[in-house]
Amino acid sequence: MELIYHTWSWYISGFIIGLVMLSLIYFGKSFGMSSNLRTLCSIAGAGKKVTFFNFDWKSQRWNLAVVAGAMLGGFVATHYLSDASNVSINPKTIAQLQMMDIDAPQGKLMPDTLFSNDVFESPKSILILIIGGILIGFGSRYAGGCTSGHAISGLSNLQLPSLKAVIGFFIGGLIMAHFILPLIV
Amino acid sequence: MKLVKFILVGFIFGIVLTKSEAVSWYRIYEMFQFQSFHMYGIIMVAVLTGIIGIQIIKKYNLKDSSGTPIRIADKVPGTFRYLVGGVIFGLGWALAGSCPGPIFILIGAGFTSVILVLLGALIGTFLYGVIKDKLPH
Repeated sequence: MELIYHTWSWYISGFIIGLVMLSLIYFGKSFGMSSNLRTLCSIAGAGKKVTFFNFDWKSQRWNLAVVAGAMLGGFVATHYLSDASNVSINPKTIAQLQMMDIDAPQGKLMPDTLFSNDVFESPKSILILIIGGILIGFGSRYAGGCTSGHAISGLSNLQLPSLKAVIGFFIGGLIMAHFILPLIV
Repeated sequence: MKLVKFILVGFIFGIVLTKSEAVSWYRIYEMFQFQSFHMYGIIMVAVLTGIIGIQIIKKYNLKDSSGTPIRIADKVPGTFRYLVGGVIFGLGWALAGSCPGPIFILIGAGFTSVILVLLGALIGTFLYGVIKDKLPH
């Protein structure tokens, strides 16, 4: 049982994620989570004003079902399959975070500094999360996919455009983590 | 119900991303600091599994569950949109510490504040839709 409650190893996890992608291909679909953002915009009525969102969103219901399942999986895993040993990151990382006043994990998935409900009282924290989201949403549509669509699906199919996108992901991520984040948090 | 199998696949995806901690802001930060192999290992094994699976599909012309031969569309060739869009995405990935899949998983797990990230992601997607024809691709 400990095997389930503790952090899952990278090789088991990576293998299962690969199988998730392959099973969606077997079901005649493809693995890509950011497309759901476009679908949600379309459901909200964005198609009336912007043609990009004017498509038959019902054809994407299967992907929304994947999202619903993923949310349920997240709930079950955090509430019933986790323990205090989780998220044991590198002590060097913890020390670095401490210098930015970001609390250590101690079994939590997310730092309280950035994600506790207190953030709703801090305009700055609200802005950080919303701007982070805007970059994610805009960037993934511009690049035509995110970590699932390019890094997993695209690279698995040996797609050069996906490799370019993944290189972009890491350039952006490294710039943020090393140069911008220390200035704003 | 045709959707049940997709809910099940999503459920497994949500569990494995949570239990591998790929949804954790900490793991993403640690990855970008090159202070752990964990996230790189996950991505590498997932891609390796995918490459082997897709090669098998192509070699044996396997059919999908409805009996149609599996065809995986190639990505549209190009460079600019992939690099620039990728960099923009990467900035957000490291700032909010989550990509689109984990955004939904974390909200399901009960992290209310991540709804703000989702809200931003919807705004960002909408913005792209509005100005996409003016952008170089």
